[in-house]
Formats: sequence, structure tokens, C-alpha cells
Amino acid sequence: MTKKIRVLVAKPGLDGHDRGAKIVARALRDAGMEVVYTGLHQTAEQIVITAMQEDVDVVGLSLLSGAHMTLFVDVAELLKKKQMEDVLLIGGGIIPQEDVPLLKKAGIAEVFGPGTPVEEIVTYIKKNVKR
Amino acid sequence: MVQKNTEEQIRQKHQDWEQHLYKKTIKENPERKQKFKNLSEIEIKNLYTPEDIQEFEYLDQIGFPGEYPFLRAVHPNLYRGRLWTMRQFAGFGSAEETNKRYHYLLEHGETGLSVAFDYPTLYGYDTDHPLARGEFGKCGVAISSLVDMELLFHGIPLDKITTSMTINGPAPIIWAMYIANAENQGIAKDKIGGTIQNDILKEYIAQKSYIFPPEPSMRLIVDTFEYGFKNIPRWNTISISGYHIREAGSTAVQELAFTLGDGIEYVKAAMKRGLAIDDFAPRLSFFFNAHNDFFEEIAKYRAARRIWAKEMKALGAKKTRSLWMRFHTQTAGCSLTAQQPEINIVRVTLQALAAVLGGTQSLHTNSMDEALALPSEKAVRIALRTQQIIAEESGVDSTVDPLGGSYYIEWLTNKMEEETYKYFDRVEHLGGVIPAIEKGFFQREIAESAYRYQKQIDEKDRIIVGVNRYQLDEEPSIPILRMDEKGEERQIQRLQKLRKTRDNTKVQQHLQQLRKAAQGTDNLMPFILSCVHSYATLGETCQVLRDVFGEYKEQAIY
Repeated sequence: MTKKIRVLVAKPGLDGHDRGAKIVARALRDAGMEVVYTGLHQTAEQIVITAMQEDVDVVGLSLLSGAHMTLFVDVAELLKKKQMEDVLLIGGGIIPQEDVPLLKKAGIAEVFGPGTPVEEIVTYIKKNVKR
Repeated sequence: MVQKNTEEQIRQKHQDWEQHLYKKTIKENPERKQKFKNLSEIEIKNLYTPEDIQEFEYLDQIGFPGEYPFLRAVHPNLYRGRLWTMRQFAGFGSAEETNKRYHYLLEHGETGLSVAFDYPTLYGYDTDHPLARGEFGKCGVAISSLVDMELLFHGIPLDKITTSMTINGPAPIIWAMYIANAENQGIAKDKIGGTIQNDILKEYIAQKSYIFPPEPSMRLIVDTFEYGFKNIPRWNTISISGYHIREAGSTAVQELAFTLGDGIEYVKAAMKRGLAIDDFAPRLSFFFNAHNDFFEEIAKYRAARRIWAKEMKALGAKKTRSLWMRFHTQTAGCSLTAQQPEINIVRVTLQALAAVLGGTQSLHTNSMDEALALPSEKAVRIALRTQQIIAEESGVDSTVDPLGGSYYIEWLTNKMEEETYKYFDRVEHLGGVIPAIEKGFFQREIAESAYRYQKQIDEKDRIIVGVNRYQLDEEPSIPILRMDEKGEERQIQRLQKLRKTRDNTKVQQHLQQLRKAAQGTDNLMPFILSCVHSYATLGETCQVLRDVFGEYKEQAIY
């Protein structure tokens, strides 16, 4: 039996929009992954510590407040600092197209915008998980 | 509906039609779907006839506009007298930038203001708080003190325009800033009008911008009710909101049931404090979503009016105004697509029309670009024009409740009312609204509906144009709003300067008095007003309340 993919679904910052995060968490679980959901109002530090403690393969960030250029990048940098580059970091939310290349450069492997079928996220994770 | 045909004749004819003409038709041309369902999963029949509403007496259940049970409208002549207020929810960046946007909107015919605050403000943090990192001005305007409030409304006559403010946890503080600003301009308290959202129950349920635990939060809300009817009679001291419940993924029925249930909870809390229902109830207002299923939305607003009137009467209200379910509507943000954003204009038009046919008192129409970012000037102008076209060109303003009497609409209105009462019973069984929140009941119900809806879209059981059908290979790009990058720096400088130049002894005194009052049972509004007047910041004032009341933490479920 192969090891189940472990995913942390996280809500950084003050944003309270958790509809998408919960749907994705549930869809990943239904797809056979082990999912940990942080709940709301997490700092970048809290997210990375949880990722470490839970030994996850993937961190999925969800943000609809517009603060992604700061908070997503904070998480990416902290993961690097903790030598956790083997964790696949992805994000989603209300994110303008023109921010996507900048986020990718900062270490967010993929960004999923509104209207993404959850299956697409499942497939992406299975294909790109690093460990 | 006075009919010469007897019920029996209609029933027989209907049966005959169903078994012959209809059967033959669908045998030759099968229908597109096995079942037709609305967004609340209510199955919709092929046809509605007088049989579907025959148990309903016109005078008891439908009646006349402005009269109990207010199904048709709260006002006797509705839009023939005054159009709904065109109130675009707006706020971004600094107070100066948002002030410019307000002037722009007013110049283009907007008739009321509506303030969107950024996340730090919604949580009662000043812009320079560590948890505010990255959030300044992102999804609303940052207001950290009375100085910001003064800039926000610069050049706007507060005695002539009404303002709605989407603020919940720190609502008493932000409201106090608005009042203080008016007072400083020499405008009497009874001359200002507007709304504070101030609906904490839906924050626990859906929107999640809560600060304090339920008990002190309810106390603060009742404080504002009492302060309002005694001092600021034109202010709606709460906007009991289904909007966010719906955005979080609920169905229309859940939105209706949870919102009205919250409303009843507030009324009971105020009565428990000893307030007389007819003193505060006239200033309770509501806020609903307008989603995609056109008739379902209209039925929802109509049902809300009738249920509220019934429930308020049952709670002992005597004044006509206490029975009114007056409401604001916003088109559904969650229905907007990032794909082919221009087509959102069409979605918004249909949703706005539903709100108007449902008798809304004020309306926000979303901008086409809101699945991407905050609206650009052009996008918000088109959104406002959409309302103006409905108001000035479509003719729907000519008669009150034009769909009243439609067999389908009346049946659906009744059905939604019935479903709402089923939810009331379930919540009652759980011990009431707050225990149900603590048990995660609403949160689970909403998450369930949200997941089902997403699955239906993924499986193409529900079609979203541009998303799962009629897609384009290459998405058109539209220009989006970019904010002044210097705004945050300016705001922080302003805040730090304020902390140095104000009378800090006075600030500390007022904060100390607030702390003492919060530990007791006095109405906190006068204490908060004194803090705000002395230029204590939002963060400082809120911190005092955080110290005394503690903070709410939710249990994360999905």
C-alpha cells in the first residue's frame, strides 16, 4: 500500500472567507488524501509549524482578502528557511492573473483561481507532490 | 383570485391536460432534465395553477402593501413614491482614496453610501498592528481613528446622505466615530441616518469576522439598540444579514431561515434586557443576497416579510413599523466568474431585477471584475448604471409587487416559509441559536450545501456559463484596480503622529473609564463615544474590550 498524501489546508491572515478552503479540504479527503485544516487566522509561522508537526507533503493556502502578495510569500520564504522545500506549496483565492507569475517566482508552485474544478487540484497534487 | 370555475373543474381539467397533452408532448420530445430543481434543491413542477394556492386566503396570507402580513411590500406605494436607495458598497486603501470614490459614485447618481472596511479594521486592529500585515486597504478602507473617519467623509453632507457601514465586532466604536465626526461638524445626532451591520451571530455562522464571545457581543449589540432609539432615531442599529451566510455556501432557504432566526434572537436578547419591543424593533433592518435563481430569490424576500411580521406580532410588537422587514440587497459575489468577466454584468442585471421585484429598500450591484479584484471605476459605474436602467427604463417600478398572485411565486413563497419553520424547529431543539452555533450546526449545514453546489458544477449538473460550458480558450483580460502604494505608509505616519500630538492623559482616562464600565453593566456607548472623541484609536479602544471580554475562537470543521 502506498503512503497517503498528507495535505495542510491553511487560511493565512485575517481573511474569514473559508468556503473554498473547506470545499477543497473535503474534496482532497474524498480523493483519498489525509487532510489537516488549520482553521482561520493563522500567521505564516503558525502555518509552517503545523506543516512541520503534521509532516505534510503539501501546503494549500487560501486567501480572498487580497493580501496574497505578502502572506503567500511569507509562507514560501519561511518554508525555505526551514529547509522544507520538498513540501509542495500551492494557493488559491481571488488573485489577479498578473500576480500569478510573481507568486510562482516566490515559490508558490501553482495558483488556482475561482471556477477551478476541484478535480484539477487533486490531479495537480498527485502529479506534482515531491515526496 | 375570484373564480367562476370551481376547484373541481380546474382539478379535472389539469388532470386531463397532464395525462393527455402533456404526456404526449414529452413522449415525443423528452424533457431536458429528469428533475428541475432550484438552488435550495426544491423540485419545481412543470406548471402551477390555482390548485397550488387554494388553501391560501388572499386577505390573510397575501393582503395589501403596507398592511399585515406585509407580504407584498412594507410601503403602500413602494417605488411609485421613492425608488430604492442605490448604495454601492465601496472602500479600499486609505480614507482619502475611498473618499474620492464616494464623490465619484455620488456624482454618477448614487443615492446612499456604504462603507467597506479592511480586515484589520473589521477585527478592531490599527493599521500598524502586527496581525494587520499585508492587509492594509486590501478589501476595504482602513479606519484606525476619528482622523481617518473625518477624511473618509470629507465634503459629504452627513445630514443629507445616509451611510451604511459593514462593521460587526467593533461596530459600536466605528459608529461612535461616525457620530463624533457629525457632532464635530455641528450636525445634531437626530439628523444623521444610516445603518451599522452589527450582526455578530452571522459572523460566527458564516463571515467569521468576530472578536468577542457571544455573550458580551450580544450585550454590545443591545447597547447600540438602546443608545440608538434614545439618541439617533434615524439609525438602523443592526442589519441582520443573510448575505454572508449565502456567500459562505448556504441555500436560499437556509439564508432565509438562519437570518430570521438570528433576528428573533436579537429581539429576545433586547427584551431580556428590559427594552420595549416597539422602542427598538422599528430600527431593525435586514440584508439579503440576490443569487442566480430568479423566482426563488423573489419568493425569499416575500416570505421573509411575512414570516418576520408574524414572528414580531407573536413577540408582542404593536407598532406597524416594528413588523416591517425592511432590507438591503447585494447581488451574489460568489456567483461572479473570473472567466469572461464582462458577462457578470448580465448576471448582476438579473439578480438586481429579482431584488427589485422582491421589494428591496436599497441595493448594491456587484461590478463585473469582482472575482478578480476590487472594482475599477469603470466597472462600478456600469454596475450603478444597471440599477439606473432597471429604475428608469424597465417599468418595473410602476406597480407594487408585480409578481404577486402568480401561482408559482405564491406557491414558492409558501414553500420557503414552510421550510424556514422546519429550520426554526431544528434550532429550537438544539437549544437556540447560540448553542446551535457552538455545536457547529449552521456551519455544518452551510459547508454541506457549499460542497454539494460545487460538486454539481464540477459534474455539470449545474451550468455556469464560461466556467463549465461555453468556455473560451483564451480569457480576455480586463484592467483591474491598483491602489496607491504610498497609502499604507501615509496612514501609519498619520497614526503615529496622532498618538504623539493628542492629549494622552485624557485618552488614558477615557479608556480606563470604558474598562470599568465594561466590567459592569452600564450601556457602553457613551463611554466609547468619549474615547473616540479624545482620539483614542480603534485598536486601543478595542483592546480594552478584548481585555475584559476575551476573544472568541471557533472550532475548525469542514
